[in-house]
Amino acid sequence: MSDPTHLSLAEARDALVAKKLSATELTKAHIEAIEKARALNAFLTETPELALEAARDSDARIARGEARPLEGLPLGIKDLYCTKGVRTTAASRILDDFTPTYESTVSANLWRDGALMLGKLNLDEFAMGSSNETSAFGPVVSPWRRKKGEGFDDAKIVPGGSSGGSSAAVAARLALGATATDTGGSIRQPAAFTGTVGIKPTYGRCSRWGIVAFASSLDQAGPITRTVRDAAIMLRSMAGHDPKDTTSVDAPVPDYEAAIGASVKGRRIGIPKEYRIGGGAEINALWDQGVAWLRDAGAEIVEISLPHTRFALPAYYIIAPAEASSNLARYDGVRYGLREKGRDIADMYEKTRAKGFGAEVRRRVMIGAYVLSHGYYDAFYVRAQKIRSLIKRDFDEAFAAGVDAVLTPATPSTAFAQGEKGAADPVEMYLNDIFTVTVNMAGLPGIAVPGGLGADGLPLGLQLIGRPFDEATLFSLAAALESAAPKIDFPQPWWTDAK
Amino acid sequence: MSVDQATVRRIAHLARIAVEDQEVERLGAELNAILDFVAELSSVDVEGVEPLTSVLPMQMKKRQDVVTDGGFADAILANAPEKDDHYFVVPKVVE
Amino acid sequence: MNTRETQPSKLLKGATGDWEVVVGMEIHAQVTSKAKLFSGASAEYGGEPNNHVSLVDAAMPGMLPVINEECVKQAIRTGLGLQAQINLRSVFDRKNYFYPDLPQGYQISQYKHPIVGEGEVIVDVTPSERITVGIERLHLEQDAGKSIHDLSATESHVDLNRSGVALMEIVSKPDIRSAEEARAYVSKLRTILRYIGSCDGNMEQGSLRADVNVSVRKPGAPFGTRCEIKNVNSIRFIGQAVEVEARRQIGILEDGGVIAQETRLFDPGKGETRSMRSKEEAHDYRYFPDPDLLPLEFDQAYVDALKVELPELPDEKRARFVADYGLPPYDAGVLVAERASADFFEEAAKGRDAKLVANWVINELFGRLNKEGLDITRSPVSAAAIGAIVDLISTSVISGKIGKDLFEIVWQEGGDPREIVETRGLKQVTDTGAIEKAIDEIIAANPDKVAQAKAKPTMLGWFVGQVMKATGGKANPQAVNELLKSRLGV
Ligand SMILES: [Mg+2]
Ligand SMILES: [Zn+2]
Repeated sequence: MSDPTHLSLAEARDALVAKKLSATELTKAHIEAIEKARALNAFLTETPELALEAARDSDARIARGEARPLEGLPLGIKDLYCTKGVRTTAASRILDDFTPTYESTVSANLWRDGALMLGKLNLDEFAMGSSNETSAFGPVVSPWRRKKGEGFDDAKIVPGGSSGGSSAAVAARLALGATATDTGGSIRQPAAFTGTVGIKPTYGRCSRWGIVAFASSLDQAGPITRTVRDAAIMLRSMAGHDPKDTTSVDAPVPDYEAAIGASVKGRRIGIPKEYRIGGGAEINALWDQGVAWLRDAGAEIVEISLPHTRFALPAYYIIAPAEASSNLARYDGVRYGLREKGRDIADMYEKTRAKGFGAEVRRRVMIGAYVLSHGYYDAFYVRAQKIRSLIKRDFDEAFAAGVDAVLTPATPSTAFAQGEKGAADPVEMYLNDIFTVTVNMAGLPGIAVPGGLGADGLPLGLQLIGRPFDEATLFSLAAALESAAPKIDFPQPWWTDAK
Repeated sequence: MSVDQATVRRIAHLARIAVEDQEVERLGAELNAILDFVAELSSVDVEGVEPLTSVLPMQMKKRQDVVTDGGFADAILANAPEKDDHYFVVPKVVE
Repeated sequence: MNTRETQPSKLLKGATGDWEVVVGMEIHAQVTSKAKLFSGASAEYGGEPNNHVSLVDAAMPGMLPVINEECVKQAIRTGLGLQAQINLRSVFDRKNYFYPDLPQGYQISQYKHPIVGEGEVIVDVTPSERITVGIERLHLEQDAGKSIHDLSATESHVDLNRSGVALMEIVSKPDIRSAEEARAYVSKLRTILRYIGSCDGNMEQGSLRADVNVSVRKPGAPFGTRCEIKNVNSIRFIGQAVEVEARRQIGILEDGGVIAQETRLFDPGKGETRSMRSKEEAHDYRYFPDPDLLPLEFDQAYVDALKVELPELPDEKRARFVADYGLPPYDAGVLVAERASADFFEEAAKGRDAKLVANWVINELFGRLNKEGLDITRSPVSAAAIGAIVDLISTSVISGKIGKDLFEIVWQEGGDPREIVETRGLKQVTDTGAIEKAIDEIIAANPDKVAQAKAKPTMLGWFVGQVMKATGGKANPQAVNELLKSRLGV
C-alpha cells in the first residue's frame, strides 16, 4: 500500500479490518511523519513507544477477530487532556513536568474503543488564544503556506487556536485525527484555518473530566479530522455520559456515521443576517456559495435574525476570563507544577504565577478577577450572563420556528501569519472568534467544514450550528457541503526539509 | 470604567500574580482596551432577564454516600514540588 | 416573654452606665456522612496525612465535583429541625481566595441562594427563662484542609484529609444577649443536630465550631460595630469569648475610642481576644455560581419524605415528658438534652413514678456521670437498675438514704439491686418491736436529752438520728418518728 498517512480515518479503519494494512505499519508511518515534521512544532510530547506497543496489541486483536470500533487508529491528543503517565502541560510553564496519575474520560473512551496515542499536541496556553502563539513551548506552524504569485511567501502561517497543534497535525497528515477542545471557537476556527473538519458538540455531550479547565460553562471536547465521516466516527467514541461530570448529559450516543450521506432534502437552514457584518468580502462570497450548495442538495433556505449576535463576543470576554480566573487559582505551586521560591507563602504564590503564566493568561486571569470583584460583579458578570440568556433565546426562537440548522462563516478571513495580529491590541485577536463564540454561549453544537481556498491559497471554512444534541443533523448537512465543495488538497510536506 | 495603576496592582494581588513596576502601565492599557471592548454591553436592555446559570435543562445528578475514592496518598503527592513524609510543604504561613 | 427587649438583668455595668451585648453566631457543623461533599473520599476524622484525599479534593487539573446526596438530605433534615424554610432550588457558589489548605483556590459554598432559609431555635437559658433565637440561613459548603505550622520553623505542612468534607454553616440572627445565652444556644443547637444525626457535635474534633459576632451598645441604641471571633471550639470558651470581647469593646468605647470591624481570635490561655491581622487584608471573595455544578433542585415531596422520617426532636420530646410524665419543664429539658438520656429515662420510668425516676436520673445518675466525665451510654448503672432502686424505695423496702448507698454499690460493683438488698440485709426495719427496743435503750442512756426534748421538740431530730444509727439506717424513718413522739410525749 502507498503512504498510509494519506488514508482517511475511515479508510484506515476499513483497511485494518480487511487486513490490507497492519496497525503497526500505520502507526510507524505516522511516527515517521511526526519525526520529520518537528519544524511545525505540533507535538509537545511524542509517545512512539506507547503507540507501537498499542499497535501490536491492536494487530493481535484484529487477528483474533476482536477489533473494536477504532482499533489500531493512531491519534493525536491535545495537551489539555490529562493522560495517565504521560506529561500534560496545557502548553503552560506553570504545569512544569506534571504527569497525571489519571486519564481523561474522553481519551479513555478512545482507548476503550481501540485507538492509540501518538503524542500530545501543542495548543495556546490553557487554550487561551486563536493562533497558537501563546503556547509556552512556541507557536505551531501551519502546514499551509500563503500563495504569492506562482509560489509561496516565507511567512509562517498560524494554524488557528487554541487547538492549533491538533489542526496542524491533522492537516499535515501526522495523525488520522486529533482531539481538541472548544471554549469560544478553538475547534472550529483552527479547523477552518487548516481545511480540516472540526465539531464542537453540544455542551454536555462529552465529559470534561480530566481535561484542564479553561471556562467550565463553555468548554467542550471534540475532534478535528480530515473528513466529516471521520469526525462522526471519532465523536461517537468520545461522547457519552460520565458520572464524574454532572454537566455531561445522560443520553445515548447515536451512530453519527449513519448520518453521513443521509438526505438533507427539506431541511430548513437559517441564514442569520447579523453575521453579514464581521467578515470580509471573500468569506461572504463563500457563505453565499454554501447557501447555494445546500439549496442544490434540497435544503430550504430561510433568513433568520439572531439580534444579540454582536454582544456575544464582548459577553464572552467577561464570562470566560471570570471562570478562568477561578479555574486557574489551583495553579499555586503547592501540590504540583512550577514553584518559585518566595519570602513567604504569598510571595511564593505571586512569583510562581507571574513566571508560570504567559502574558495572555495573566491578562485574562486579571480581567476575570476584575469583573468578579466587589462592586463590578453585577455590572459585568451578571449583566454578561443575562446577555447570554438573550443569545440563547435568539437561537431557541429560531429553532422553535422550525429551523433545523444555521449556516454561517466559520471565521472572518483565512489564516494570518505569525505576529500579524494582536501584538498591539489583544482585542484584534479576539475578533477571530466572532462567528464561533455564540455557539458556546448558547451551548449548541457547531461544525466547521472546509469550503474552499481563498485568493491567498489558504482554506476557508463554513460553520453549521445545530439544535442541542442534534449533531447527527449537522453531520448530514456537513457531508452535503463537503461533497459539493471543491476537494481540498492538503499541503505537500515542505516542512520535512525545513531547518 | 477605567483601570488605574492602583487598580492594576490591586487586581494583580487579588489574582496572586506579581507585577513589575514597569509592567503596570502597559497592563493597565491592555485591561482598558478589553474593558472598552465590553463596554457596549451596557447598551443592552436586560430588564427582567434572568442571568443564565446553565445551558442544560437538566437536573443535577447526585452521588450515593459511599467511599469510593482516596487511599492513595502517594499518587496525590506524586507531582508535589516539595513534600515531607506524606505532607505537602510550603513556605511558612503566618497566622 | 420577648427577650429581645432590653433586659436589665443582662446588662453589663460600665463606668459610664449599662451596656447591652449583642451576639450572633455562625456555626460550622460537620455533616455526618461517609464520603465528602463533592468526592468519594472518606470523611472520617483522622487518618494518615493526605490519605482521605481524592484527585478532586487535591484539585488536580480537570477534576470536577459531584454532589453527595446524603449531605443534601442532612442539610434538609437539619433545616426541618430548625423549623426553617427549605429552599427547593439553591445554588453553589465559589468563594475565591488563596490559602495552602484550600487546593482549588476557592471554597464551594452557597452564597446568594442557600438550601435552608429562616428558622428558629428555642433555648432554655435557665429553669425560668426561655428565649427564641432566629436562624438566618443554613448552607452547605466544603471544609478546608489543615495547615500545620509547628513541624518546622520555616515551613508549613499541608494535609488535605479534611479538604472537601461537608459542612453546614448555620447562621443565627443577632438575637443573643449574654454569654450565658450564647452557651445555651450552642448547646441547644448541638442537641438538635445530634438528635437528627446530621452532626456528631464533637467539638474536640472540630465537628462543631463557632464564629461568634460580638458587639455592644447602650440599651435602646442601634447595633454597634461587631467583631467576629473565629473558630471557638468549646461551649465554655464561647461564653468566655463573649464575656471578654464585650468587656474589651466597652473599655474602648468608654475611653472614647471606636471599634474596628475585624476578625479576632480567642486565646483561652490568656483569656483575651486578639486581632488576626494577617487574615484581615482586604478580602474580596469574588463569589460567583460554580459553573461545574447545576443548581440544586428537588421537590416538596422529597422534603416531605425526609420530614416523615425525622425522629422526635427535643422540643417535642420535652413537651411530651411534661404532659405524659408530669415533669417540671426544666427537668424535662435536662432529660431530653441527649437522646440517649431521654431514652434511658423512659426505659427506667416505664410503669413507675416518673417524677421519682426523673429525680434519680437527674440528681444521682447525671451528677455521678458528670463527676466521672462519663457519657450516659457508658453508665455503669442501667436503666433497669435505676428502676429497681426506685421500686425498692417506693415500696418502702429500703429508705431513700439506703437507696443512695445501694446506687453506689451498683455503680461500683454492678449487680441486681434487689439481690443486693437481700444479700446484704439492707431491708428497712418496719418491725416496731425492734425499733421500740432501740428507742428504749437510747432513752435510758440519755436522760438529760430526754428532759431537753420535752422542753424543745426540735431535739426530736437528734433522737431520730440515734435510732437510725443504732439500726444501721434500716429503720423506717416514719415509724421511728411516730414511736419517738409517743414515747417522749411531744
Ligand atoms: Mg463565617
Ligand atoms: Zn463557612
